[in-house]
Amino acid sequence: MRPSSRPKLSPHVHLIFDQVRERHVLLAPESVLVMNATGAAILGLCDGQRTVAEIVAELRGQYNCVIGEEVPNFLTRLVARWCVELSDD
Amino acid sequence: MTRPFGLLAELTYRCPLHCAYCSNPLNLADYRDELTTAEWQRVLAEARELGVLQLHLSGGEPLQRRDVAQIVGTATEFGLYTNLITSGLGLSRRRAEQLRAAGLDHVQISIQADGPTESDRIAGTPSFARKIEAARLVKELGWPLTLNVVLHRHNIDRIADILGLAEEVQAERVELAHTQYYGWAWRNRDALLPTRSQVEQAESVARAARERLKGRMEIVYVLPDYYERYPKPCMGGWGQRQLTVAPNGDVLPCPAAQALPLPSANVRADTLAWIWTQSPLFQAFRGTHWMPDPCQSCARREIDFGGCRCQAFQLTGDAARTDPVCHLSPDHGLVAAAVRAANSDTRLRTYPGEHEPGARPHPGGRTNAGAVAPAELAGTTQSGGQDPAD
Repeated sequence: MRPSSRPKLSPHVHLIFDQVRERHVLLAPESVLVMNATGAAILGLCDGQRTVAEIVAELRGQYNCVIGEEVPNFLTRLVARWCVELSDD
Repeated sequence: MTRPFGLLAELTYRCPLHCAYCSNPLNLADYRDELTTAEWQRVLAEARELGVLQLHLSGGEPLQRRDVAQIVGTATEFGLYTNLITSGLGLSRRRAEQLRAAGLDHVQISIQADGPTESDRIAGTPSFARKIEAARLVKELGWPLTLNVVLHRHNIDRIADILGLAEEVQAERVELAHTQYYGWAWRNRDALLPTRSQVEQAESVARAARERLKGRMEIVYVLPDYYERYPKPCMGGWGQRQLTVAPNGDVLPCPAAQALPLPSANVRADTLAWIWTQSPLFQAFRGTHWMPDPCQSCARREIDFGGCRCQAFQLTGDAARTDPVCHLSPDHGLVAAAVRAANSDTRLRTYPGEHEPGARPHPGGRTNAGAVAPAELAGTTQSGGQDPAD
């Protein structure tokens, strides 16, 4: 993953807010990932337009805990689980 | 109290296939009085309130019910992720389009082998060509596709070709799951259990394919627990993550648990919330307090939860015992003996039902409104799927 990669949610997954658990959840074939606030915020910005670098910059203003490394690490895990796709054009 | 993530909705046990490892209960006649569309819709509403996020529509063959698209539509309205687990038979273009419009998210199609002769022989009916047609239709309509393959002695050597077929139909996922020996599969275990060298060979093929197809196809390999040292963490723990609703409304911690001697719980009598949180059935093996030794003092008790209650019951007659698959179980000899027998004669055995009637389920079809108990079928001939070369 490069800072210029543009992540977006795979068409096969849904990010929804679960009113019962009061958490964002990512629903994929055969898996449910319960998100913390940071994870939900990162995924909320994965629109296929913003780059990883832009997502990091945008979140830095909102969350003290989001550091540069955390965003690509999180997204790499989700790419491996087929939940996020990257375009590098 | 934990909340369930997934609901396995077994809409009907009717099915056009007659696989020797069928996961339907043996007593099919008890499930003829199926929930209505409105009852299923109520169950889905209760499930969502309880925390369920994923709906797995299964059976039998779920497409034997005419209201699947209606049920999917309701689930979609509630925000549930919907997954259809089908043989592929009955997935016509018209029905597929209805399901697409209703919001169905994912389709899993079973195949029995990589070609028509073997696949049809194992399924007990000509079906392979229609399954492949259905798989192509799923891709054409833009769904993610999973191919489900139950592995056993008669198809495990074909795993490389099965994965080749999955690549050809562009499946996103393949689930290679070793047979779980309950019910019908238990009856036919001696003919289905693979040898150790078959298992080792299959694992090495699956590992290599996973490496080669990284990023293109996900390969899920469910271990053959008879060949493992420790048991599987069945269902992620009893009453922890999943629940099953059977065609007649019975609610179960896992689909095989209908065989256990426990008080039943049914959505026609009680709410799903009460059943999940309070019913004696769901309390029976929740947590660790019920465990005997060696589980109670074992460091793995929160990892595998003592293994599978249904397997313990199937093998020992006592559902509270340690899963005999575990090498620490006092009953492990029962599993070791079955494994020894499977390896003492490594020839391919006759596939169940080719010579003895009644060895496979015949849970009826569309023309046959109710489920038919296997006992009623003793003496009937198997329909189709007979390979003249056998």
